[in-house]
Amino acid sequence: MPPETNPVPAFDVVVVGAGPAGSAAALEAARAGLSVALLERGPYPGAKNVYGGVVYGRILDELVPGWWEHMPVQRWVTRRSTMLLTDSQALTVDFRTEDWGRPPYNGATAFRAELDGWLASLAEAAGAVLVPSTTVTGLLRDAAGRVTGVRTDRPGGDLTARIVIACDGVNSFLAKEAGLFAQVPGKQAEHTSLGVKETLALPRKVIEERFGLTGRHGQDIEVLGCTGDIPGGGFLYTNLESVSVGVVLSVVGLAASGERPEAVLAGLKEHPAIAPLLRGAELKEYSAHLIPEGGYDSMPELVTDGMLVAGDAAAMCLAAGIWLEGVNYALGAGMYAGRSAAVAIAAGDTSRAGLTGYRRMLEESFVLADHRRLRRVPGLVFSERVQQSYPGLLCDVAQGFFTVDNPRPKPGLRRLLSGAARRRGVRLRHLLSDAFTGTRSFG
Amino acid sequence: MTQSSPHAHRAGVSFEDRMATVDFRVAERAHIVVDTSVCLSCELRSCVHACPAALFVPTDDGGILFNYEQCFECGTCYQVCDAPGALSWTYPEGGHGVAFRQG
Repeated sequence: MPPETNPVPAFDVVVVGAGPAGSAAALEAARAGLSVALLERGPYPGAKNVYGGVVYGRILDELVPGWWEHMPVQRWVTRRSTMLLTDSQALTVDFRTEDWGRPPYNGATAFRAELDGWLASLAEAAGAVLVPSTTVTGLLRDAAGRVTGVRTDRPGGDLTARIVIACDGVNSFLAKEAGLFAQVPGKQAEHTSLGVKETLALPRKVIEERFGLTGRHGQDIEVLGCTGDIPGGGFLYTNLESVSVGVVLSVVGLAASGERPEAVLAGLKEHPAIAPLLRGAELKEYSAHLIPEGGYDSMPELVTDGMLVAGDAAAMCLAAGIWLEGVNYALGAGMYAGRSAAVAIAAGDTSRAGLTGYRRMLEESFVLADHRRLRRVPGLVFSERVQQSYPGLLCDVAQGFFTVDNPRPKPGLRRLLSGAARRRGVRLRHLLSDAFTGTRSFG
Repeated sequence: MTQSSPHAHRAGVSFEDRMATVDFRVAERAHIVVDTSVCLSCELRSCVHACPAALFVPTDDGGILFNYEQCFECGTCYQVCDAPGALSWTYPEGGHGVAFRQG
């Protein structure tokens, strides 16, 4: 059917998924004066969503000026630590700054149910129609293959739109149905990690004493070397009256390991450097979710005729060692998707060509610039050396450096390093090449 | 079903108590269906240990018992399962399934 004979669509834009990407897209599209439906399969936004626990604020400055006055925050992150573990050792780099504890704030811990609900309410206030408890079951397309809406599980639930913005999460059945993953090499499992998390209740006072915090200040700890033979990592974040502790496990590594995810998490919780922080805590919620960790090279096509993809659905999580971010990329991508939809509709061209502004906006912003710059890092972080050898190597060097065994003379750093490298089976040229990749990416 | 799981009690709190911390609005229709006849010829059975909700339980006859009611809808099972036709995977109907209170 030629496009001009199609009936008038029910909405200008249908957004699938009321996570951060979807709500940001709906907010921007509604602000541009478009009619917008925001579909959510959960009974409320955030019902299906899990993340580590930290959201970074800079993109919100543009999307929601003065956001920190309104966002449902648990704690402002003022202390950020990276911990390298072996079974019996821990080497921690611990940074704290008062600057992050006052506006404009760097990052905050927040619960997804509260954060996602707040973001969706902003889209609603701008005029978007939030439709919860509605599962999208497929795409509507015209004879030419152009996306013209979505099919839902409601009776008579076809919903037509000029543009569909798919923010349907890490499993994105819509992006797959549209064929956008056709060019991505390998199986999805190779680019995906499973996060399992426990939210553990602790009294506010106990948290402040154990983590050295005051008021609404919070700590964010990223952990490497706590997942045994499975590539991955861990985290521990403070909320107001609870802590979130979890592990992130490569799906392929988990499948090969025979280990259970909550048993790996139990191992982290029992580590001598972690256990004292959690003593007496009571399990409030156990949760699990997949994370698209493959980075730039695992991203699908972002645009097709009548459709845009943003957030986890487009693999926009950044898993680059101590850079573990996702919600900020989802917010940015959603915002640009909403804007691009408005531009395309105003120009009367919602084809793939009319929507290419989205890709350009992403390339010119932090969303794809960061991902492109760090495209080699996911592979590096999941490499056997970074996972198995370096935490032990660095812990051994620290132990040697801080061990006092006079009257024997103190060994120099170089000797400590070469000794530790030999013990941990690391070759100097590999160390140098990994350092080069890291420096080139992060530098 | 989780009480009979071989993995119960490993993580301090029993697996049943662990799952009891999560809200599920169970739909009548199963959103994931396992074709246990395919599972009979599977030697890996990664789903059994990888599923964070421990919903896949091996049976004595070499099949797999699966319960969709406490599913996190994460997708791990279909990503680790290499056997074509073993798992048919969709999301639960709108408003049903897992409802995380914090996430």
